[in-house]
Amino acid sequence: MSDVEARLARIRGTAPVREHTARTIAALTTNPGCDRRAVLDAAGIDKQKLAGYVEFPVPSGQSPFAISRGNAFEAQVKADGCAGLLRLLGERLGLPVPEVSYADLAPAGTGASLDARHARTRELLAEAAAAGPDGGVLLDHPLLRLDVGGRAAYLEPDLIAVRLRGRFHVVEIKSFAVIDGQADGRKVAAAATQAAVYVLALRGLLAELGYGPETVADEVVLICPENFANQPTAALVDVRRQLTVLTRQLSRLARIGDLIATLPADLTFDLGAAGAQPEPGCGGGEHPPRFSDDSAVPGRPVVEVVGALHATRARYAPECLDACELAYFCRDEARGQTAALGRSVHDELGGVPDVAGVLDLAAGTRVPDPDQAEAAELLRLAARLRAESLASAL
Amino acid sequence: MSTLTSLARAEAVRAGRAQPIATVRHVHVHDRPLVLVPLTLAGEANAPLAAMVGDDPDKPRLLVVAQPRNRDQRFAFATALAGVIVSYADGFTARVEAVAGDRARDIRVRFADAPQIVVPNPGGVDFARLFGRSTRFRRSYGDYAVDPAVPMLGRWLTFFAERAEYPGSCLLLAATEALALHWATGQSLVEDQNLAALLGWIDPPVGLTGAQAAVLAEDAGTWPPAGPTTDPTFDSTVLAPLIQAGDVPGLEKALTAQLEPTWGLVWRAVDRLRALPAGPRVAGRWDADKEAYTAHVQHLRDGGPPQPRRDSATAAAQRLNRLERAQASYAAQRAFDDPLVLAEYRLAGEAFVGTVTAAEPERVEGAGRSRKLRPHIVVSTADPVRLAPGTALVAPTRSGQKATLIAITGDGVLLELSGGMGRAATPAPGTVPEVGERICYSSLTDGYQPVADFPRREDTPWTHGGPPAGYDPAPVGDAADAAATDTVAADAAEEWS
Repeated sequence: MSDVEARLARIRGTAPVREHTARTIAALTTNPGCDRRAVLDAAGIDKQKLAGYVEFPVPSGQSPFAISRGNAFEAQVKADGCAGLLRLLGERLGLPVPEVSYADLAPAGTGASLDARHARTRELLAEAAAAGPDGGVLLDHPLLRLDVGGRAAYLEPDLIAVRLRGRFHVVEIKSFAVIDGQADGRKVAAAATQAAVYVLALRGLLAELGYGPETVADEVVLICPENFANQPTAALVDVRRQLTVLTRQLSRLARIGDLIATLPADLTFDLGAAGAQPEPGCGGGEHPPRFSDDSAVPGRPVVEVVGALHATRARYAPECLDACELAYFCRDEARGQTAALGRSVHDELGGVPDVAGVLDLAAGTRVPDPDQAEAAELLRLAARLRAESLASAL
Repeated sequence: MSTLTSLARAEAVRAGRAQPIATVRHVHVHDRPLVLVPLTLAGEANAPLAAMVGDDPDKPRLLVVAQPRNRDQRFAFATALAGVIVSYADGFTARVEAVAGDRARDIRVRFADAPQIVVPNPGGVDFARLFGRSTRFRRSYGDYAVDPAVPMLGRWLTFFAERAEYPGSCLLLAATEALALHWATGQSLVEDQNLAALLGWIDPPVGLTGAQAAVLAEDAGTWPPAGPTTDPTFDSTVLAPLIQAGDVPGLEKALTAQLEPTWGLVWRAVDRLRALPAGPRVAGRWDADKEAYTAHVQHLRDGGPPQPRRDSATAAAQRLNRLERAQASYAAQRAFDDPLVLAEYRLAGEAFVGTVTAAEPERVEGAGRSRKLRPHIVVSTADPVRLAPGTALVAPTRSGQKATLIAITGDGVLLELSGGMGRAATPAPGTVPEVGERICYSSLTDGYQPVADFPRREDTPWTHGGPPAGYDPAPVGDAADAAATDTVAADAAEEWS
């Protein structure tokens, strides 16, 4: 175990490691500048549990209707060895679909282990890559591995289609609708980032087999229901930008040692006995409970855990509320900061960090630092115009 | 957003309640608006789950789809919703008013009022757009026939949703957006999307700060989400078992409890907005809404086709041009109506307020027939003016007169005036600003903007795909009908999962 690993283990404490999923890796890209998140993720800490422990639980989760609809749509697309899907790739995307074989790497009920599935995935991909451009294969339930900050994360793309125009393609099946050729932009962006994680993992695996990154297309195939019916449609989504962002963020995680070196030596997020308890119903991370009732288990004093959190520097922005389990804690901590009002507000207030500072500069009751002179002038003018306009309206 | 509204947010943090960013109301508030709070089933493409709708705060009408995945029940919902919305929307055709047309002798007639629908948030506008899209092409005959009210509902909802994109239109309002136009809270724009939290800042309950009220408002138990998406915990613990059991009275009770708080919040938002004094130019924009309403009713009466799925290239370009012109004029009107909005432009250096310190009202240029009155004035201002010489300016109080910026000197801004001074050799009294007068000039203009010239439909250039497919050089009505029929055929077969 390296120094950094030992340090991360100490930071995590007695709790089991929280493994990464494509979703959590994708979430890394939403706020790259946040040290707190970087440390917690690198140490494999269950942020949801931590948030509940310090009494800022995340009020979210996924509706059972959304989950069942998503599963039903995926099953429909994959029915009959993906026959419908292959037709779609040919008709909608004009991809020349060769004779394709279909392999399911985790047929229901087999309960193959993660390592076995990953080995099998690797074996089939090696065969397919060696077979040349004519060998078409669809891999269902493949299992890829990606190195995230020194730890291996197992990833399950919906499908990998091999050798369409000579390249491997990641296929992502989503149940949000494309209506008259348009879909919800935020959902498409999230799907693209998630698919980019798979592209990266697939490239990693093929690199081990001696193939270059160009073997995997940087366009992914997105399959969604069309209009208000259940009929699937397909679109190619360019994920080059997401790949760049992800690569940068992962390399930053790999340098986590530099960041940890700046933290107090005794820093730990160990929750004591409470932390070692497995959280009920939270296995897949897909539908977490609203509250984790840890009150019965004597744990570490909450104030200590809060202290440990304060020792790491967060970079809260309102967008975190949708992307990070700790966001409500960080929001509370950021009260009175202009960044809590949104990045654009922070910028428009001349980058002055605290609300009190803004108001004092605007009122002329605080002497600005030399680098705040310009901001102060703007704020004073804004305050004058605002006061004058409000008065003239009376 | 600007430094001015951001400063108002900072002030709201300190004051513990929302701060005004408008001194007058910029939206029209109807005497009898129709409030619509829709809910959809998670995971489905805009599948209606329930709605609370009505024009009387004390008498909400509850519509519920007991099995949201059942096609027949969805259309029964659409029929019932049509009963409320179409009859409300149709209900403003009894009275007409005459208006002067483009030329002096033209007199046109339009309806004297128009409907107004208020939804909680932009998600409600999306619901109207998508539900309109999924119902307007349905047929009341043949395979997959539906009640004739269903496609009519779709055409009305599409009309409202399209108008909602039009800057300054008030036929369909989202409560959160209408409120955010007038108040800045001490939270972020992301959090302002929550109607309960937004009203918590604007009207905190006694003894609470806006921040405290907003945190309480985020508890989905007390303040269910304002839709159309429901709370996932509600879905799993309450809704799923009730749908499974087919317990209709139980569903109605549970969904009423989810909808009623938002219903009350939307009416509170309406009341809060109504209490503000209307800006002078709000009525003019409502007139434009009445025109659009009249045109839509006329189109329906003439048996016109439903709105297309997507605009053709020419129609899209024309629409964009209309939206751009409406945006420019809406921005100017709000600034002219409201000193706080104008202050945004003063801060940016695009407008200034000052005092006339010198005037040369009888200054002329040229001689003989080309002799023109071109008075000069100097306006001294403390505002930062960032306008280039040669820019055409207008004072909101003297909209018929153009002022060209000549120079910015140590004494102030030197302006040359033209127009609006009468026909005599010297300016009519009071038409040139006098020394000592306080005046505002800006580059904003609410004047006539020429409509851009676009090719006809059948002349669509190849760069834009050529004439739209399905186009037949027969009379336009027939061609459009034919295109619509194709769409209907494709859509009628659509199963709703």
